[in-house]
Amino acid sequence: MRRRLGLFVAAGLLVALALAFFVGPGASSSPDGLERVALDEGFADEADDHRLADSPLADYGVEGVDDERLGTGLAGVVGVGVTFVVMAGLVLGLRAAARRRRSPAEPGPDTDTADAATNATAPAPDAQPEPQRGTG
Amino acid sequence: MHIPDGFIEAPTSIGAAAVSAGGLAVSLRRSAEVLEDKVAPMAGLVAAYVFAVQMLNFPVAGGTSGHLLGGALAAVLVGPWVGSLCIAVVLAVQALLFADGGLSALGLNVLNMAIVGVFAGYGVFLLARRLLPATGTGVAVASGVAGLVSVVLAALAFAAEYALDGAGGASPGRVFAAMGGVHLLIGVGEAVITAMTVRAVVAVRPDLVHGAAHLVPVPQLDPPRVPVEDAA
Repeated sequence: MRRRLGLFVAAGLLVALALAFFVGPGASSSPDGLERVALDEGFADEADDHRLADSPLADYGVEGVDDERLGTGLAGVVGVGVTFVVMAGLVLGLRAAARRRRSPAEPGPDTDTADAATNATAPAPDAQPEPQRGTG
Repeated sequence: MHIPDGFIEAPTSIGAAAVSAGGLAVSLRRSAEVLEDKVAPMAGLVAAYVFAVQMLNFPVAGGTSGHLLGGALAAVLVGPWVGSLCIAVVLAVQALLFADGGLSALGLNVLNMAIVGVFAGYGVFLLARRLLPATGTGVAVASGVAGLVSVVLAALAFAAEYALDGAGGASPGRVFAAMGGVHLLIGVGEAVITAMTVRAVVAVRPDLVHGAAHLVPVPQLDPPRVPVEDAA
């Protein structure tokens, strides 16, 4: 089961990377819905330059890569990778924090009743006002 | 749909940032309660996929383009709490790494796409799912409808923010109508991408789709046991 999940996630990531690398450079560069409305209604000029407009990946390009299509594709690959790592890392951190909070006593609720009881988890101990911020 | 700095003045931007922070704090807490082993990689995948597909602007009428926002998609795949975190992470990565979406507008963008888009989308999904057959296609169609509505509502959220505190003196009524109109078209694209993605995942791994839990037979834990206790 665990390995299958890994396979699924790996396949999904490949799809995302392929979309970003191969399809991203061909995306429409017309103004998007909001930009269109801003142009038509006359407030497009109010937009400030982005404060990070000089950053190496600004506007989905890669500084130093002159081929625009390649730059966009590479920027997309970086973005997909970074987004995956940040989001998965956030969730792992949440899990670890929740586990620590729940049970300093028992080693860890590794017996997974969770899969079946998805939504019907134990009544949340909302009453305990001790979030106990992790200091690590 | 990513608001740059300058469109909305500071008071409303700050207010939106505060509301967004509060919303995400609730999402963080609720996410910590429901997390199963499979959620971490799935959440990462959903965020990464939304990032990728957000790059893919498709043309709609009149020299205008649109792209997936992904709020309804994320809510259906991993539930609204984790889903709102996914979209918020995508928006943060875009603003910080790719200079897409203003830094002081980040709170506005999170509010419109990660809060309004996700939770309104999920609400519509739950309603639509009830009216449709309990099949993979039913779940996919409900997701698509949710996608369309969520995009329009996110666009109207911008119009409301503009009405409160917009720069440049455009008529709030016209902005409202224009945002709603063009995002109805973009929403059709959102609906198609959302429905196709959900259909594909449900076909392969329905157990990984939060919004398709009712399609998955309750697993091994409950073998059809004869009722044990009763009067002895």
